[in-house]
Amino acid sequence: MAFFSMAGSTLANLFKKPATRLYPAVEPKCSAITRGHVAIEVNQCVFCGICGKKCPTLAIEVNREAKTWEIQRLKCIACGNCCEACPKHCLSMNSAYSRPVSSLEKELAHEVARGA
Amino acid sequence: MIKMENQELLKAVEGYCAQGYRLVQICCVKETEGLVLHYTFDKDYDLIDLSISIAEGAPVPSITTIYPCAFLYENEIHDLFGLTIQDINVDFKGLLYKVTVARPFNPAVDPAARERS
Amino acid sequence: MSSVSSSKHTVIPFGPQHPVLPEPLHFDFVLEDEKIVDVIPSIGYVHRGLEILASKKEFTEFVYVAERICGICSFIHGMGYCEALEEIMHIEVPGRAQNLRVIWSELSRVHSHLLWLGLAADAFGFENLFMQAWRAREGVLDIIEETTGARVIFGACKIGGVRKDIDGDTLSRIAYVLNKLQSEVQAVCDIFLKDSSVKHRLCGVGLLSREDAYALGAVGPMLRASGLAYDCRKLGYAAFSDINFSIVTETDGDCYARCSVRIREIYQSFDIIRQTIAKMPGGEICAKFKGVPDGEALVRFEQPRGEVVYYVKANGTKFLTRFRARTPTFANIPAMMQVLKGANFADVPTIVLTIDPCISCTER
Repeated sequence: MAFFSMAGSTLANLFKKPATRLYPAVEPKCSAITRGHVAIEVNQCVFCGICGKKCPTLAIEVNREAKTWEIQRLKCIACGNCCEACPKHCLSMNSAYSRPVSSLEKELAHEVARGA
Repeated sequence: MIKMENQELLKAVEGYCAQGYRLVQICCVKETEGLVLHYTFDKDYDLIDLSISIAEGAPVPSITTIYPCAFLYENEIHDLFGLTIQDINVDFKGLLYKVTVARPFNPAVDPAARERS
Repeated sequence: MSSVSSSKHTVIPFGPQHPVLPEPLHFDFVLEDEKIVDVIPSIGYVHRGLEILASKKEFTEFVYVAERICGICSFIHGMGYCEALEEIMHIEVPGRAQNLRVIWSELSRVHSHLLWLGLAADAFGFENLFMQAWRAREGVLDIIEETTGARVIFGACKIGGVRKDIDGDTLSRIAYVLNKLQSEVQAVCDIFLKDSSVKHRLCGVGLLSREDAYALGAVGPMLRASGLAYDCRKLGYAAFSDINFSIVTETDGDCYARCSVRIREIYQSFDIIRQTIAKMPGGEICAKFKGVPDGEALVRFEQPRGEVVYYVKANGTKFLTRFRARTPTFANIPAMMQVLKGANFADVPTIVLTIDPCISCTER
């Protein structure tokens, strides 16, 4: 039977820095392969539409005639299927998480990239 | 996986209970015609699966007299598939999952619409 | 069920919103003074009907839905779905992929048990222990993030193998980090097992006898804490047939025994991960396949909370006819009702937490 077994670590914690981060003031901890958000090199894109077909949540929409590539950030689950499927390797997965948006700024979550 | 007739089910389940098998799950599958119920039992890593075919609207006897813990599975199947199971020991009477659409996994087809198509 | 018209009985609702419950679960307790006489459970607060999505999403995409059935047990849901389909389509998964799946599923078990340790401590009021357990858990989540790219929903499994590889250097670093983690986890777990105030709350509370546990269909640590040695990892799925481990059991059947089983399983998982890293074969991480599935399969795995059963039925098209996951908490609810009868009302949060309820899994 032990008594006050946590006293030692509690006292030690008084002098250590906090284990938490003040997100969003401080950037979150991430690794090299963290799946944050999808980014496109639109000048390399040929608008074939394979990424849109492979997307499980239908977050990507590609319009070949208008040469636009659209993504709904709020639908994207950052699975990486589109990056693996792209034949031109113009899609990549970045480590930064998409920022949350308020309902007034919901349009910001729908991004459109136009080709040359 | 063993297929059997509706009438043989209770006897087979009693047989497994007497041998010391425990109930693992009861699963309902919607086929093109009717439903199939799978009863799975296990003892010492040996898995046995019994399946019976049910026509739409036909009642099924409950196995809660033999395995009292089966009530949750049977209530779930009643709520999601609309199957009538008789004499469940703890019967929620359709209120286990308070769904807004009745029988969501097995939507009732209007017979008049089926004739028209 | 006992009659509630007697003037000595009170009916008290517990949940769905309650400070100790991680997920919404509702009980109606019939009390006589402070002792519980009867329990009526009510689930269905987070029922999302995920099983019906199997007939609407292509079978290759459904992995993502299966992973999102639950946040804590997510990897094994994805792995279970993939293995069921691999059995239907007769796909041979390469050895390296099997071993990687074992590493991730054991890491998943460690993080789930540490999460549960924190919540159980919070349930009986020991908030400091809750925070220290979650701080230790961060070390495990860091390893998972470095190897799969995400902390909670791994996205690592696909039909035929795994999506990401872990190279040799990272594997050695994981083995080194695990040693450091083990001493941190040991410090937290020792308090759990030896501190007198914790023992006072857990010992002798929530007894479940061996016969009741088996008859009511309990699974996982609830069954093993009552003395039955039953662990689905002994079936030898993934690479478990090559791994040497013994089933952790206790005989007392009370809350303390359940905590002790889970803590010993954490240490056992560290050992299993080290064994797998030592035996990691080279080779491919994924097998290619063609065609669509046709047939049915019933597979079983050991989730942190117990035995999970997946039933998949396919009919030769891209969409499945039926996907069914019978999760362990669903099977533990009748046993939980039995344990709660006769307990003191003040012990209810502790008992409900030692069952480790994962309601998102229960209701899919």
